[in-house]
Parts: sequence; structure tokens; C-alpha cells
Amino acid sequence: MSIIQAKGVSIRYITGDFKDIGLKEYVIKKITRKYKVKEFWADKDITFSLEQGDMLGIIGSNGAGKSTLLKAVSGIMIPTKGHMECHGSIAALLELTSGFDKDLTVKENTYLRGAMLGYTREFMDEKYKEIIEFAELEEFEDRAYKQLSSGMKSRLAFSIACLVKPDIIILDEVLSVGDGAFRKKSGNKMKEILDTGVTGIIVSHSISQIREMCNKVLWLDHGNQIAFTDEVMLYCDAYEEFLLTKKLPKTKEDIFKLAQGHDERLEKERLEKQLKEQKRLEKVLESGTSEAAIDAAINVLRKNRPELLNADLISGDK
Amino acid sequence: MIKKLKENKFLFEELVKRDFKKKYTRTVLGVVWSLLSPLLQLLVMSLVFKEFFGRNTPHYTIYLFCGTLVFNYFKEATKGGMTALVSNASIFTKVNVPKYLFLFSKNIQALINFLLTLIIFAIFLAFDKIVPTWRFVLLIYPIACLIVFNIGVGMVLSAMNVFFRDIAYLYDIFCMLLSYLSAIFYNIDRFDEKVQIFFMLNPMYCYISYFREIVINASVPGPYHHAACAVYAIVILLIGAWTYRHYNQKFLYYL
Repeated sequence: MSIIQAKGVSIRYITGDFKDIGLKEYVIKKITRKYKVKEFWADKDITFSLEQGDMLGIIGSNGAGKSTLLKAVSGIMIPTKGHMECHGSIAALLELTSGFDKDLTVKENTYLRGAMLGYTREFMDEKYKEIIEFAELEEFEDRAYKQLSSGMKSRLAFSIACLVKPDIIILDEVLSVGDGAFRKKSGNKMKEILDTGVTGIIVSHSISQIREMCNKVLWLDHGNQIAFTDEVMLYCDAYEEFLLTKKLPKTKEDIFKLAQGHDERLEKERLEKQLKEQKRLEKVLESGTSEAAIDAAINVLRKNRPELLNADLISGDK
Repeated sequence: MIKKLKENKFLFEELVKRDFKKKYTRTVLGVVWSLLSPLLQLLVMSLVFKEFFGRNTPHYTIYLFCGTLVFNYFKEATKGGMTALVSNASIFTKVNVPKYLFLFSKNIQALINFLLTLIIFAIFLAFDKIVPTWRFVLLIYPIACLIVFNIGVGMVLSAMNVFFRDIAYLYDIFCMLLSYLSAIFYNIDRFDEKVQIFFMLNPMYCYISYFREIVINASVPGPYHHAACAVYAIVILLIGAWTYRHYNQKFLYYL
């Protein structure tokens, strides 16, 4: 049985100039028939299913409908069409630092966030110390949240969030928080969680992360599903190429072409890099006046063109 | 719904705590101020209006207090409730939690305040030599109705506040007009009998006069009065619940 199953999920937003208008304005616009609402499909007919232990990476440029789809998975939004089925507890870590209260202290915010994520009070009492230690905020417990630096904020948010032991975990751009040291720590912690056989969905703009962690990929573009596949490498190649060429693949052939283009480009880049390095070295050698440069040149010659060294001119050099 | 409430008990407690702390602990006078301000209002009103309206009304200060007590609770609960959704948008657009929790939390704030004012009300009664009778227990009835009524109004208002950003201003005006119509500082005996019936169409007047009937007249209001209190509360709660159910998804588009 699939853990998550999405069948033809479509989500409609409405847009238009209805936001931030007052009741008076609304009434007048209604009367003069100027009140218009546009429909906008954030996701169109998305179908995928995940089994236990699957890790899905969702790729797509901004406005592709990734976050909206995650909201549907986590139950915040209900699909306008189609349906979404999830079995098991869900922990959705979306935009970690929002939803904190700036006037409350760190401790109060920790408990509030814990409650939001569905933990019990006993669980929080037990884990509170661990959270603060992990976030390295021991000295700031009773400070107001607004006094923290933004790095500290995301550290706190991450530390609370990563306590979860859910069946399904949803990560929206949350894998990289804090400074270098913390980033490493949080990355390890995340891997630890993901290694427990949890089913996960990851949205990340870092393709290398997707390549590393995911065994399935869902590619969205302007709400359309381009692909749902387990050929992660192939499709990541194609996607990276697409980001440069902006040519949307229509068939599987296009995917291969894109992936091929990606490989060719990489090969070309590699060659170019090599050439550049070579030139640089040559330059160093040419302009080198010191003994070291000469020694290096001789070493190179000895290795690559030993016959030249037999010439009398430099043989006495030994 | 009961099951959901149980699941979210911890979150609800934390929300109440948060709202409470935000309101009181970080202001200078804290709880004292929220008691002081209705007392000041009462003082001024009683000084000014006693000459005009208080001559034919026994226990005028208590009469006035009944009005301001009930009306202030209504105003505070609904105005607080109005912001429940907008100010917590960053939470429920990210986490799947029942939205009414935010409203309930705000209502508990107002209720605590109301109960504190009720203690002062009791002190005033003692000063005015009004002896409590067994009928005072019946006050639980209009208070319960009022709680339900306030939640209902809060639901409707908080939903409207999501869609229209000028509701706060319009509601202020509405509240002012309603307070004039609720016979807070005057006695409706002056009006024609037929006109007096119309006052019962105003839920606020219903609740206020129930209080006065028990406290000042020491008599139990009639069955119609009881029915009216309950009907207003239940009808508005149903409207509110329907609003939340119907717009549950649409809120997300606007925030």
C-alpha cells in the first residue's frame, strides 16, 4: 500500500484585486460590476505515489507549484480536484522561522512550536534541554525571540523540528540552516532522521542535494507535471540543462537530449577548465625567473619529453 | 470536534498562555489596568448621567454597571476575536491546526477579564446594600449564553476581517451605535410599550436586562426572555460555525 498517493490533484487559487480591499470598496465594486476574480491553477493534474521509505525530490523553478503541493500533502489545503491520500503522521517543516512570536521568550516559543508540531507537554518537558543544547542557545533561554539573530532563529526552529519521529516528513528548503558548523550538525541530524526509513518529500533548489538524497523525482513547471520518475540522475541532468536552455521537454526523447546536452556541456566545461589550467601553468613557467620555475620545467620535460634532455646543452645540469 | 480539541489541548493551552502573557505581563499596570479602565468609564458615566437618567432608576450605579459589565465583555471578546485569524495567519498557513483554537484562546482572555470585573461588581453590590439571593445563581445562564454568543460573533467577524480589511473601523462604529441602543445608561420605561418590545430584538439588551432583573429587581425573567437569550446565542454560533466550515479553504487565498 502506498504511503502517499496523489491522483490527479489540481489546486486552484484565486487572484485579482480582491485582497486588501475594504467592505465599502467591495460593495461599490460589486454594484459597478468592477469586481473581478481570476482563477489560477497552481497545480494541474498531479499524480504520484510513494511507498514506505521513498524519498521524493520535487524540482521546478519558482512558481512551479511546489509549495502549494506540499500544503496539499500536509493537509493545510484540500485539492480543488482529484484527491490526496496520506497514511501516517506527517511532520511538515515549511519555512521554519515563520510562526514564532517575537515578543515571547525563547522558552515560551519552543513550547508553542512544539505544541504546533503536535508534541505533548510531557514530551516537550523531557526534550526541552536537548533542544536548547542542540540549538546552542543555553544563554538565551529567557530572551525575547526578537532579540535573537537570524541565524539563531533558524537554529532554534530546526532544533525543535528535528525531534519529530513522523511516518512522513516534508522538508521545504530547510536543509541548510545556520553557519558552517551548525550546517554540518543539522545535515547529520537530518540524515539520521531520514535513515530511519521515514517517507519523505524534499523541496530544494540544490540539485546536488536531490541527487544525493532522493530515489524519486517529481518535476513541476508552472503547475504542470513534467515527470514523476525514479531515474533520478537522468532527470536531474535534464533539469539542470533545462535551467540553462529553458527548453521544456515534451517527450522522453527530449529528456534524453537534455541529459545528453548536460553531459556534453559538463565534458566541455571540464576540457575548458583543463585547458585554462594548462595555459596558466605555461604562463607561470614562461614568466618564471627563479630557479624553482626552471626546476619545474625540467621536471616536466624529464617526465614527458626525456629525449630533449639528452641534448648537450642541459645534460650537464645534473 | 471534541476529539480534535483533546488532540490539540497542549497547543490550546500554549496559545492561551501566549495571548495572556502578551496582554498582561509586558505592560506596566498589567491586569490592574484592564480593571481600572471599566471602573473609570463607570465613574464618569455615573457622574454625568445620574442627573439626567438616574432620577427614576433605583440603584442607578448598579444599573449602569450591569450595562457596562455585559457590554464591555461583549466588545472585548468580539474585538479580540476579530483579529484571531489575521494575526495567526503565519501559523495556520504552515501547520494544519483547527482555526477556531485561535478564536477560543482570545475569548478566554476576555472571559477572564469579565470574571475579574464580576468580582468588583460584587463589591459594588455590597456597597449599595444589595443582598444576594439564591436567584444570583441564575446569572450563570446569561453568562453561558453570552460566552456562546461572543464566540459566534467572533467567528463571523474574524472571517470577515480576513476578507475585508476595514471591518475593524466599521465594527467600532457599529459597537458605538449598538451601545446606544442597548439601554446601558437610560431606562426604557419612558418609551411606549410597543417600542419597548423592539429592544428585545437586541441581544445585548436581552443579556443586560436579564442581569438587572436578577440583581436589582430580585426577580426571575420570564420564559420568553430565557428563550431569546439562548436563541440569539445559538443562531449566531451556527452562522459562525457555518462561516468557518465554508470558508476554511478560502482563508488561505487571502492571507
